[in-house]
Amino acid sequence: MEYLLHVLIMICIYAILAQSLNLVIGYTGLLSIAHAAFYGIGAYSAAIMSLKLETPFLLNLVCAGGISSLAGALIGFPSLRVKGDYFVIVTFGFQVIVFGILNNWFFFTGGPMGLPGIPQPVIFGWHISSHIEFLTLAGVLASVVFLISHRIIKSPFGRILQAIREDEVFALAAGKNIAAYKVSVFMVSSAMAAIAGVIYAHYISFVDPTSFTVMESIFIISIVIIGGAGSLWGPVIGAIVLVTLPELLRFIGLPSSIAANIRQILYGGLLVAFMMWRPQGLVGKFRFRLENAKK
Amino acid sequence: MKNSFLEISGLNKSFDGVKALADFSCSLEQGKIIGLIGPNGAGKTTLFNVITGFIPAESGRISFQGIELHKKPAYKIANLGIARTFQDLRLIYQISVLENVLLSFRNQPGEKLSNIFFKPKVSSKHETNNKKSAVSMLEEAGLGDKLNDSASELSYGQQKLLSIVCCLASGADLLLLDEPVAGIAPAMIEKILSIISDLPKQGKTVIIIEHNMDAVTQVCNRVIFMDAGAKISEGTPDEVRKDPKVIEAYLD
Repeated sequence: MEYLLHVLIMICIYAILAQSLNLVIGYTGLLSIAHAAFYGIGAYSAAIMSLKLETPFLLNLVCAGGISSLAGALIGFPSLRVKGDYFVIVTFGFQVIVFGILNNWFFFTGGPMGLPGIPQPVIFGWHISSHIEFLTLAGVLASVVFLISHRIIKSPFGRILQAIREDEVFALAAGKNIAAYKVSVFMVSSAMAAIAGVIYAHYISFVDPTSFTVMESIFIISIVIIGGAGSLWGPVIGAIVLVTLPELLRFIGLPSSIAANIRQILYGGLLVAFMMWRPQGLVGKFRFRLENAKK
Repeated sequence: MKNSFLEISGLNKSFDGVKALADFSCSLEQGKIIGLIGPNGAGKTTLFNVITGFIPAESGRISFQGIELHKKPAYKIANLGIARTFQDLRLIYQISVLENVLLSFRNQPGEKLSNIFFKPKVSSKHETNNKKSAVSMLEEAGLGDKLNDSASELSYGQQKLLSIVCCLASGADLLLLDEPVAGIAPAMIEKILSIISDLPKQGKTVIIIEHNMDAVTQVCNRVIFMDAGAKISEGTPDEVRKDPKVIEAYLD
């Protein structure tokens, strides 16, 4: 039972990560491979604050979101100057820098050993300790992120993001300050990723740099693409499928050393297969990158 | 100050040594339709790109309703009240026809993130009003039954029509239309020309680039003939057509 709850909690965390990345990749059309960095910034902010300052969970949540969105603004600005593949490289650089800091700044991050003993959250006297309580917390926050994304996408703001994805020249000619939109969407997306990080840190009670590598970013991208980039339910479906799938491998009875490798192959294979035969993902309408040009 | 609606003086722009605009000057009155004609490569589209801020001029100045446009970014110029269409017909093809028009309204409260969350009523009320006017504009243009189709499903002529409706939705005072009737069926040409010729009644000023001389003669009050980046001739359609310099340039 606890195992099942654990899988559900991880689905919620990845649904938040994928939902937030979807705003950037799926709706605005900017391919970022730095999402695990924002996830990590959120997790480490919460860990450091609760260990060194003994701050409460909600304050950690707000501060982690704030710190991460500032970092998001940092990476949003280069997106105004570089396009396409070059932007991907900029985000990759950012991802590597953040990993480097987490891995080397011993005083704050504990280096490769990470930070153990992150306390369980207490929200207005409600002590969250059991799996079912964590699932409630993660579920509520995932729903909030979903609703915020929903409202953004259905608004005129969201319409402009989709215009930027397809044709920046048209958006400029329609009087939209696309630079401001790109930076804002990055800030919102990064803050949301930090929320996932905060839940993760308090739930696992331990953070270390290996959870926030570029492989993790690519895993989140896979969720977005396989679920359906540019659709609201895509990231949710993607998170369910991609988090559950490797768990199913356990039941086939593969030794864990092989299962870990098979997992990576599975993700890679799925990503390639979807890009070739179903670029719109399981439930999406928007064909990622394929038809950005005119019909 | 009727003359100061759009003042262009001494524009220069070259691409790799080829002069696209050579000391180009002109002055436009409000409420007129101006045809911009000339051979391919005369610099007509470059002029549009310079006015709208997509390409910087090397020298010269443009003032629109008394406001200097030099060095202003494209989106700011658009928000001053200049709308344009593109020769290679730009629309957002993956969203609906209605959404393309909605996108074109300027200064919507719902375009600000803070308003979506902290002033949702203002944003949604504004959106509802915009939707109403967008629907009526599209119905008037004969696209009323296509509202929810994606823009990519329209025919080429309908797409050109939609791009003009988008310019109208922007509420701009100056419309720059790049080949609005090139390559489309005669019935649609009539439709688009009738929309264009109605614009001055709403106080709008239009510049159209067009190779179809019949269309130009039909709707334009004045015509500017350009060649090699310079203004060769200006006058009524008939005057320009009979200007020996124009005949010479076309024969070259």
